[in-house]
Amino acid sequence: MTATAPPRSASEAGPDSGKSAGRGRLRPRIPQRLRNIALPYLLLLPALALELLIHIVPMVFGILISFKSLTLFYIRHWSSAPWAGFDNYKIAVKIHQPIGQALLHSFWVTIAFTVLSVGLSWLIGTAAAILMQDTFRGRALLRAIFLVPYALPVYAAVITWTFMFQQNTGLVNHVLHDQLHVTSDKPFWLIGGNSFWALVIVSVWKSWPFAFLALMAGLQNIPRELYEAAAMDGAGVWQQIRKITMPSLRPVNQVLVLVLFLWTFNDFNTPYVMFGQSAPHQADLISIHIYQSSFITWNFGSGSAMSVLLLLFLLLVTAVYLLITSRRRGDADA
Amino acid sequence: MRTNRVFAATALVAALGLTATACGGGSNDSGGSKSGGSTKGVTLTYWASNQGTSLDNDKQVLTPELKKFEQQTGIHVKLEVIGWADLLNRILAATTSGQGPDVLNIGNTWSASLQATGALLPFDSSNFAAIGGKDRFAPSAIASAGAAGQDPAAVPLYSMAYGLYYNKKMFADAGLKPPTTWAELDTDAKKLTTGGHYGIAVEGSNGSENIHHVFVLAKQRGSNWFDSSGKPTFTTDANVAAVKQYVDFIADGEAAKGDAEYAQNQTITDFATGKAAMMMWQSAATSIKAHGMTPDQYGVVPVPTQTAGATGDAGVTSMVAGINLSVFKSTKNKDAALKFVKFMTSTPEQKILNAAYGSIPPVTEAQNDPAFQTPDLKVLASVLGKSAAPLPQVPNESQFETLVGTAVKDLFADAAAGKSVTDASVKAALQKAQSQMPPS
Repeated sequence: MTATAPPRSASEAGPDSGKSAGRGRLRPRIPQRLRNIALPYLLLLPALALELLIHIVPMVFGILISFKSLTLFYIRHWSSAPWAGFDNYKIAVKIHQPIGQALLHSFWVTIAFTVLSVGLSWLIGTAAAILMQDTFRGRALLRAIFLVPYALPVYAAVITWTFMFQQNTGLVNHVLHDQLHVTSDKPFWLIGGNSFWALVIVSVWKSWPFAFLALMAGLQNIPRELYEAAAMDGAGVWQQIRKITMPSLRPVNQVLVLVLFLWTFNDFNTPYVMFGQSAPHQADLISIHIYQSSFITWNFGSGSAMSVLLLLFLLLVTAVYLLITSRRRGDADA
Repeated sequence: MRTNRVFAATALVAALGLTATACGGGSNDSGGSKSGGSTKGVTLTYWASNQGTSLDNDKQVLTPELKKFEQQTGIHVKLEVIGWADLLNRILAATTSGQGPDVLNIGNTWSASLQATGALLPFDSSNFAAIGGKDRFAPSAIASAGAAGQDPAAVPLYSMAYGLYYNKKMFADAGLKPPTTWAELDTDAKKLTTGGHYGIAVEGSNGSENIHHVFVLAKQRGSNWFDSSGKPTFTTDANVAAVKQYVDFIADGEAAKGDAEYAQNQTITDFATGKAAMMMWQSAATSIKAHGMTPDQYGVVPVPTQTAGATGDAGVTSMVAGINLSVFKSTKNKDAALKFVKFMTSTPEQKILNAAYGSIPPVTEAQNDPAFQTPDLKVLASVLGKSAAPLPQVPNESQFETLVGTAVKDLFADAAAGKSVTDASVKAALQKAQSQMPPS
């Protein structure tokens, strides 16, 4: 950056100073050096302002609110809500108290859900991408079909799944029970223990096409010569996948897994459309849990504190993940 | 050079941040209301709740009435019909920002909660005078428009009550009469549960429905969910027994196991298609008809009590259900808004609107209209007048609905999965709900 900046600024400043005669009077007072420094920031200003407005300011307010006891009595004049110090946080992290216990339960459910969903999405996405690496008739069509779940609007897709999961009239039980006779009784999918698996199934269905898409793009960059050379050396398909495909996909995977993790962990739409405002205990994802803690029970301070804790957790995971994966990559490169 | 840049960037960010915060704090609405002057040419925004079969249906019902109002007063009303899933969040957002509608519908169980936010215009004596007086309304409906001892935060617009709907043919075939006590209902329901048909249907995954029923069942045992100071008392023996009695409909097989996941009014479908012989519902005539069952095929009686002919709390058979009409306190058109409230609660409008929605007018004068003299509405109107009690009008009502409603839903799920639901498991569930209630 430092190496390329000066010549670029100089060339930009050159024609400019020649054209604008009106501003010429003012120009000499500003030292050339400062102008060089200021220009990039001036250009960045619109983006920065929007970033602030859309991301940073709401986040700061969220953090601010987490230190207030903002209940329904204060939402009308929310700046006058009393400061709560760390009370909201204390309540959230006291894992032997009911509210903390519920949050912790929800946290573990979310971890299990995320690990399963990301793992399966990645596995299916990778398998599909590798299988479709070679050209064959109908590949384009299959690719397009595979991407459908990713392209569908979330609400329409998930509500359809909800209908299919209905105990009495749903397609899933019709196939499992009426047609295949796999289960002796019609199981429930939207309440009780199975609701967790229903959630995982819908989530995987929804997110594996993204993994497929990203990995497919990654595969395009692997030179064919590598495979040819490996084949000459007598490497089988599995060895080619293990020794060539997977290492070459590492940079893609690094980003892909992280993005999938963050999306899945924070997913709100899927559980909300499937279960409405009160998710079953076994499928009580943290996003819905926090929504309940703030919007349904009108305790925005407590909900914000939980959100901040979630943010800290995700930051930590992301940092550790990037540190580990980058180091490993660094080792590999060296 | 690089440190310079970092410094410059940081300073910039900080400066922008400060200005943005300052802007955020400054947008304060003075809330000065236009009073005294002419209201002609004013435009009001009205948020209507979804009362008809669809949002469009609501627009069709309301638009001609709003035109009528405009002809009479010169006040234009901009209508927005909002679905139930969004309404409360929209109101909360409007409350926080101060940028809301002038007049709005609220579920009457939200009255005390919204009253506590201070976002709604209190109906004190002068505001009541402006709309034609407080005594035009049924007292039970007024009692569900805000906390006791305070000026109501709303006025009742549409009233509804629960009744026990029963399938006449199924009852006649089994040689039964509609039940008046729970013991009778249980016997009847067991008799009617044969060959894929069930005695009764319940909406197990709908938290609000769950609350409405366990409220009545507890009330009949003389128990409330809050004490006089507004503290939750979820775990009393009577409340445990009430919840267990309700969940036992599935546990005892009187209702289909699948009812545990009902949340989209499948109960009405089951009743109208003859899958279930009974259901407890509020003003269901329109929906039943939409599913192809004619009014002569079913009857409505009050929901049973623990002992026959019970009176007082023991004789409560329904919550006071209904929709209230509120004026947003930060409105700039208070006079016009009150004129609109007066119009909507006028006797002719009450007749038209309540007849269109199949509800009962909370304005007593309008109740004599022939539209409300159908057998089912007569029963429900009498329930509303004699044996209906408002849900707890406390600020934490919505937390109660969420937490206890969810607890009952989970207990239904247990019952449907064949797990035994005992006094102990009900109590544990209610204890958990209570411990998550915010201190108030």
